[in-house]
Amino acid sequence: MEKFISHTGSALPLRRSNVDTDQIIPAVYLKRVTRSGFEDGLFAAWRSDPEFVLNKAEYSKASILVAGADFGTGSSREHAVWALQNYGFKVVISSRFADIFRGNSLKAGLLTVILGQSDVEALWSAIEAEPSLEIEVDLETRLVSYKNQAISFDLDDYTRWRLMEGLDDIGLTLRKIDEVENFEEKRAKYKPKTLPVLS
Amino acid sequence: MAKTLAEKVWDDHLVRSASGEPDLLYIDLHLIHEVTSPQAFDGLRLAKRGVRRPDLTLATEDHNVPTLNIDKPIADPVSRLQVDTLRKNCQEFGIRLHSLGDVEQGIVHVVGPQLGLTQPGMTIVCGDSHTSTHGAFGALAFGIGTSEVEHVLATQTLPLSRPKTMAINVEGKLKPGVTSKDIILAIIAKIGTGGGQGYILEYCGSAIRALSMEARMTICNMSIEAGARAGLIAPDETTFAYLKDRPHAPKGEDWQRALAYWSELKSDSDAKFDKEITLDADQLSPFVTWGTNPGQGIPLDGVIPSPQDFTDPEEVSAAERALVYMDLKAGTPMKKIKIDTVFLGSCTNGRIEDLRAAAEIIKGKKVASDIRMMVVPGSARVRLQAEAEGLDKLFLEAGAEWRSAGCSMCLGMNPDQLAPGERSASTSNRNFEGRQGKGGRTHLVSPLVAAATALRGTLSSPADL
Repeated sequence: MEKFISHTGSALPLRRSNVDTDQIIPAVYLKRVTRSGFEDGLFAAWRSDPEFVLNKAEYSKASILVAGADFGTGSSREHAVWALQNYGFKVVISSRFADIFRGNSLKAGLLTVILGQSDVEALWSAIEAEPSLEIEVDLETRLVSYKNQAISFDLDDYTRWRLMEGLDDIGLTLRKIDEVENFEEKRAKYKPKTLPVLS
Repeated sequence: MAKTLAEKVWDDHLVRSASGEPDLLYIDLHLIHEVTSPQAFDGLRLAKRGVRRPDLTLATEDHNVPTLNIDKPIADPVSRLQVDTLRKNCQEFGIRLHSLGDVEQGIVHVVGPQLGLTQPGMTIVCGDSHTSTHGAFGALAFGIGTSEVEHVLATQTLPLSRPKTMAINVEGKLKPGVTSKDIILAIIAKIGTGGGQGYILEYCGSAIRALSMEARMTICNMSIEAGARAGLIAPDETTFAYLKDRPHAPKGEDWQRALAYWSELKSDSDAKFDKEITLDADQLSPFVTWGTNPGQGIPLDGVIPSPQDFTDPEEVSAAERALVYMDLKAGTPMKKIKIDTVFLGSCTNGRIEDLRAAAEIIKGKKVASDIRMMVVPGSARVRLQAEAEGLDKLFLEAGAEWRSAGCSMCLGMNPDQLAPGERSASTSNRNFEGRQGKGGRTHLVSPLVAAATALRGTLSSPADL
């Protein structure tokens, strides 16, 4: 995974709450067997409307998505994270994220930042007033900064360290594989196995 | 220290717990399907890693598969490639797979319980958010993304932060015609689609204890629609009776050992939940959604709310958008809404009891002439059981379509989709914009309301017949 330390870019204001993962990428776009090429499916239904914010020229360079509350509800599809990344987003800011989407994003290296709803509203207004506004999201200081504003956000130390080092979770767990083996030895023998096939 | 059920199951699976890092949990059962697994297997190959426990892993084909002509190759080449990829991956890594045409094929959350692989006190994961279904057995079961699928394949564990717990007490007795689907839709309307974020839900109370296993699965299934990754119910005699003699249930002395452990799996009487809410089962009536998220629901005998009925500005704008998308006017009685398609199926309501309940209403009657009714069993076994009971004939004689097993119109990934502007009454779990097909409009309902609606052509309960 690529290291994430800091990102500076312009942002796209998505003034909608409860953006579920079927909106981020509809099911018909989930058929690829790779992690790339999902950008065409991003907000596919809404993009057919020329007035949709993603279609506006002034936001074409945006790499930070600022969305309404409860972003990423619904399906566990990590394709929603990949679609945002494939399109070019590095950060999503919202006041609330769905649990699975939040987990997926932080595993895949898309930084999800939780700010208060009033901070999100202020960001929307600032971006709409100046679409090229530069926003910096920094993991070292855990700050979102623009103009003379600097808003701190929470992220647990472990996840922050993992993102800043670009570490692969699986590699970290495999270092502790002897503890997994110890656990397996003590597991109850009556627990079911899928093999051999019984009917 | 007193513990809740969720905390007991969590603690029993701790491989490692240290401050400053997430807990490492052991996973007892990993279910996989064709949509969220190909990239995980690719990741394994890239890193030259294997599958640690193929014997704790089970794959089915469900999301993409057609529900007609299942003996023919899948017509859509992209869907076919995804299913073929799953077959190749399972072969390469030695994973048990139930393919289209196999008697054990079906929606992954229907197959696990019917094989007896879902048992109390287990940790169960799958790259599908409706994995919460298995919580009905007192298992800690939740949906994961593809990165986590790869992690479980490689290590049989997951690093996770301990969630909070919420008790949802449903006390009293359901009136006739009211089902567990109505309970869960009412809960989601009450706490909202974000109300369960960060929590594991435990459903308790006399109304929950009175439910069958299949009805409990319907409730736990939709925990994710309230924002909770997992929801569970303490196992009891109903659970044990369901499991006894299932193919993968423990046998002989193992059954006794398992039973002794399962019997301890309940929240201690003095355990503290981080949050508790209560619902009165006696007050519930058939519940349906009017909007574009599962929290936008009301009793079927109500009228469509006005955006001004809400106080939270986010809810006001969500209601305004939902009414436009759904092409509905505030103040219209729900029962006046004309439906085009009725979908009976999915991991929420595609089990044998759901089909029986709907068939009982349809029996000897005709589906309204302008309604398409699709009946899609949740698994091949459910289909066979229904056919043995003659339910297929009841549906066919009424003018409904009788299909093969799969996720089907729940998510419109296969050819079973709504046309733009078409309106459905659906026993599935999500009424998101376009969920059942681009431009399609979904009302979530119970199997009883689905059947009554199919006969009358407008949203209806059996009492309206």
